[in-house]
Amino acid sequence: MARLIKKRETLLFLIIVVMIGVFSTRAADFATPDNLAGIFNDTSILIILALAQMTVILTKSIDLSVAANLAFTGMAIAMMNAAFPDLPLAVLIIAAIAIGACLGAINGFLVWALEIPPIVVTLGTLTIYRGMAFVLSGGAWVNAHQMTPTFLSVPRTPILGLPVLGWVGIIIVLIMYIVLKYTQFGRSAYATGGNPTAAVYAGIDTGWTKFLAFVLSGALAGLASYLWVSRYAVAYVDIANGFELDSVAACVIGGISIAGGVGSVAGTVLGALFLGVIKNALPVIGISPFTQMAISGTVIILAVVFNARRERNRGRIILRDKAAAETPIEVAA
Amino acid sequence: MSTVSTAPEKRVIPDRLGTPFRRIMSSWEVLLFGVAVLIFIFNSVASPYFLDAWNLSDATFNFTEKAMIAFAMALLVIAGEIDLSVAAIIALASTAMGAAAQAGVGTPGLVAIGIGTGLACGLFNGFLVSALKLPSIVVTIGTMSLFRGISYIVLGDQAYGKYPADFAYFGQGYVFWVFSFEFVLFIVLAILFAILLHATNFGRQVYTIGNNDFAARFSGIPVERVKFILFMLTGVMSGIAAVCLTSRLGSTRPSIAQGWELEVVTMVVLGGVSILGGSGTIGGVVIAAFVMGLVTFGLGLLNVPGIVMSIFIGLLLIITIAIPIIVRRLKLMSSK
Repeated sequence: MARLIKKRETLLFLIIVVMIGVFSTRAADFATPDNLAGIFNDTSILIILALAQMTVILTKSIDLSVAANLAFTGMAIAMMNAAFPDLPLAVLIIAAIAIGACLGAINGFLVWALEIPPIVVTLGTLTIYRGMAFVLSGGAWVNAHQMTPTFLSVPRTPILGLPVLGWVGIIIVLIMYIVLKYTQFGRSAYATGGNPTAAVYAGIDTGWTKFLAFVLSGALAGLASYLWVSRYAVAYVDIANGFELDSVAACVIGGISIAGGVGSVAGTVLGALFLGVIKNALPVIGISPFTQMAISGTVIILAVVFNARRERNRGRIILRDKAAAETPIEVAA
Repeated sequence: MSTVSTAPEKRVIPDRLGTPFRRIMSSWEVLLFGVAVLIFIFNSVASPYFLDAWNLSDATFNFTEKAMIAFAMALLVIAGEIDLSVAAIIALASTAMGAAAQAGVGTPGLVAIGIGTGLACGLFNGFLVSALKLPSIVVTIGTMSLFRGISYIVLGDQAYGKYPADFAYFGQGYVFWVFSFEFVLFIVLAILFAILLHATNFGRQVYTIGNNDFAARFSGIPVERVKFILFMLTGVMSGIAAVCLTSRLGSTRPSIAQGWELEVVTMVVLGGVSILGGSGTIGGVVIAAFVMGLVTFGLGLLNVPGIVMSIFIGLLLIITIAIPIIVRRLKLMSSK
């Protein structure tokens, strides 16, 4: 019991519950099941992107291009849908995942084969992908009336009170839980970020693991792009602008260590829900939506401070890791 | 970052070093200077409007403000840190100046407020990174949304536009003939930063920290204090850039200088500063500023839209980092 309370996830869960409780004193129907389902549904896309980001961060990398990837892929499939209304939805969704995965693979290749720092690669591809969305569309919008009814309606169809969008979120959470916890790739991802040197000696191809993490991140961004375009019924160059930071924020709040190797799916989901609850509560309790950016900034900083305090006792491992990394170089020289 | 995982590489130690002339000719700065000259020639062939003193003077506005920040950022990156909040600092400093101007503060007061806000933001970043020992990438992603978020709270969808008439000098004035105030300031700052990095004790400490944090500590370098000063410097330079930009535009919106952090980092890396820290020169950053300014100006003359230009900037960033790595790989392969 004591261990359960100390756990990051439990704490975060309690904070969210308290927050919902406080908000519902200001707006009576905030805590109704319907509204909570709405908030979850609303946060599903962020949850998916945050899980994508988490996988990459676990391997000691970062993917700042997820939102640009979403914008490009979303534009691509919206245009496909507008140009060929007869294409079945399944084909479009598979196309979205494939395009997203390809863009992710470009990031992954640059990180894996050329060993360019991930932050530089994805800062570069962030502008490139969004620029490509402009080139692809010529700056034009794809509006709701150009999209087919199926394209728009599927994520909104309610099943047991929760729209398909929310169910997709739940399924992705389950899949990612299994992937990260029970597959070779998931364990390699943790090892690659936790201690790269040890991972190499354990026979893990760290470069390949990073590559796969980026491909997975891209594929999830591609899936999210369909959900986004369908949900907001519009595609233009600037969709999801700055959303990459929200995904990083969700991870940091959820206790994912930016140094890699630490974090859980549950933490990330709760981190995303934390942001989602705040975002949905602001208008309800009468605070300007313009404050949201400053709030997420503050929460990121607080979460980083909090994470660092927790990780301080891991300092020795990091030291050893650094020492091990430097020894081979000295030997070679 | 990524060197950690590889097994020890075989090092080839040459019998004798190349002649100084060869070494200088094959340095990154000379290579980059060659690229700048090529772009210059290409531009003057591609557009008849390019070779005009006033046009070229206008072109310098494309990079002077970003380059001012890039000088300080170069030192930060050499020391192994990064500041992604610079553009947000501009937004906040510009908002503070706008609010003050609205209240009737005069030009000297506005400049002080702009630079002061930059300094305060830099102090905050520096405190989080060096006193609390947090990773600068995440911290500055956080402060980036905090600083710009405050601008959004203050301004929302509004804009400030009532600046005193003589405030316009910093972004629109000319010192003599075609040399704008900004360009002269850019040159002066370049010289000051070159001296700071290449000719002072402090500069050597910055290199040492970037090359080997541990060794730096053991040699008695106050690592945290140096990093703190660097974040402060970056904040101040962002404040100065905010003064110039606000003065040039004559108005402030919360989305001012959006995405500049990327261009500043690109400029620094393009200038030959290793993103892993430990190496780079101010001269390289100066040439990189010219290259980026010439590319965007040339594309602008060819009527290429801004967002397409950003594709070129992104490509430039990745390619300039990838090429030395590929060249090194090829050399290693041929020497085996």
